[in-house]
Amino acid sequence: MTTQQIQAPFPGVFYRTPSPDEPVYVEEGQAVQAGDVIGLIEVMKQFVELKAEASGTLVSFSADNESVLEAGDVIGTLEVNE
Amino acid sequence: MIRRLLIVNRGEIALRIVRAARELGLVSIVAHSEADADTLAVQHADEAVCIGPAQASKSYLNIPAVIEAARSCQADAVHPGYGFLSESADFARAVKEAGLIFIGPDADIIARMGDKAMARQTAIEAGVPVVPGSPRAVEGLEEALAVAEDVGYPLLIKAAAGGGGRGIRVAEDSDMLAKQLPQAQAEAQAAFGDGRVYLERFIARARHIEVQILADGKRALHFFERECSLQRRRQKVLEEAPSPAVDSATRKRLCDSAVALAEHVGYLGAGTLEYLFDDTTGEFFFIEMNTRIQVEHPVTEMVTGFDLVRAMIQIAAGEPLGIAQDEISLKGWAIEMRINAEDPDRDFFPSLGTVEKLVWPTGPGVRIDSGLYEGYKMPPFYDSLVAKLIVWDDSRENALIRAGRALDEFHLQGFTTTAGLHRRLIEDPAVKAGAFDTAFLERWLSEPASDHANKKEVINEQ
Repeated sequence: MTTQQIQAPFPGVFYRTPSPDEPVYVEEGQAVQAGDVIGLIEVMKQFVELKAEASGTLVSFSADNESVLEAGDVIGTLEVNE
Repeated sequence: MIRRLLIVNRGEIALRIVRAARELGLVSIVAHSEADADTLAVQHADEAVCIGPAQASKSYLNIPAVIEAARSCQADAVHPGYGFLSESADFARAVKEAGLIFIGPDADIIARMGDKAMARQTAIEAGVPVVPGSPRAVEGLEEALAVAEDVGYPLLIKAAAGGGGRGIRVAEDSDMLAKQLPQAQAEAQAAFGDGRVYLERFIARARHIEVQILADGKRALHFFERECSLQRRRQKVLEEAPSPAVDSATRKRLCDSAVALAEHVGYLGAGTLEYLFDDTTGEFFFIEMNTRIQVEHPVTEMVTGFDLVRAMIQIAAGEPLGIAQDEISLKGWAIEMRINAEDPDRDFFPSLGTVEKLVWPTGPGVRIDSGLYEGYKMPPFYDSLVAKLIVWDDSRENALIRAGRALDEFHLQGFTTTAGLHRRLIEDPAVKAGAFDTAFLERWLSEPASDHANKKEVINEQ
């Protein structure tokens, strides 16, 4: 098992849900496939989907919904499938 | 009487309003978010007040926080700028109820002109042309064919419940209308749960032309038109005044219609009436009114010599318009290029960073409206517009040459902007000829850049 830190590719506001009244993209502990959307980053009024780079389990989020991120900030931890 | 003006905005427009306030001898106070404490507008203002966290919904759009800030800093007037709360009737009402002056029209007028159906109805009442169409949803084919005779082909069949380009079909003639109408109704029923459709003239190649007005509640004046057809995703990219497509007879009818509409509603403040202009027929149709100052107001200031932001503050303070229409005349040509922190080579993705080096163009006929300075770190929370480069010269041809010279002098290190795109755009033969419509820029952007310089030759060879 290897773990991967998911980092913010650019600064912005991080969202775990597609819109305020919808459920989160991914729950902590949930399995994800490479390419699955795990959150949104809003930068200068554009919303960019953040996707899992590998298949595995999204163990935890370290960034809260609506938190402000700098580029490189850790968003969460992914346990990558072997 | 206004003594202390609260400016509830950011970026270049907050700075623009600070400048007008200072020239009027008012105390300028900038209301800013936590992310904007270091902006140039805050630095130039007499005072500043923080209204909340970085996210606009918690600061620049937070009406109770703004009203509380206005009270705490003892402001007697509020300027909303553009965007954010500038066209919120609720905000205008809250400002007034707090005993302050709102720099703009009454809440009722904002609400009336902000509703597309009501604005259209108001325009019809004032005798202003709107896009020809059925007055309401059409029922059967017989009614549709009768309406189509008046409206003319080609026409659009639009779902009443549609929007954002969805639920629209084109009918070129009566046969197509007969075939398409039942399909469009069934499709609208399936897609929106509402089968009502209406008809509207399809204007294939339209320009976006708008008229600037100032009004004092009784009388309205126009400041001629702006040409804003060069757009990407409905966002204006380059604007100019006057429009190369409008002759003086059409200009008079267009601008008179804007004055008629403004006076019909008893408008007060600065406003802009947007029109679709059909190049092929010379017809213009009112589409909507913006009840605020606009991003591209400088081109109008350059060709008329009037300070619109100063004037809107004076009007709100209760001063009647002190000039007559024939005292306002057009002189020369002005072009505004919006410099956005976006990378045109990466599909206009936001390009963030810190301004490491900055050299503005100067010299004759050049104006810069911008909040940038060396060392400024751009926050990721707001619009990507970072500067407006405005040039004036005695003719359109010379203004385009001057725009090129100014862009060549402009130097910014730290992030990518759309300045390079403008440099190429103003060299395009169609742009030089003033021959474009609202779809031009997206077509141009989808062509390889290497084609642009040689376009004329390529066309000639064919």
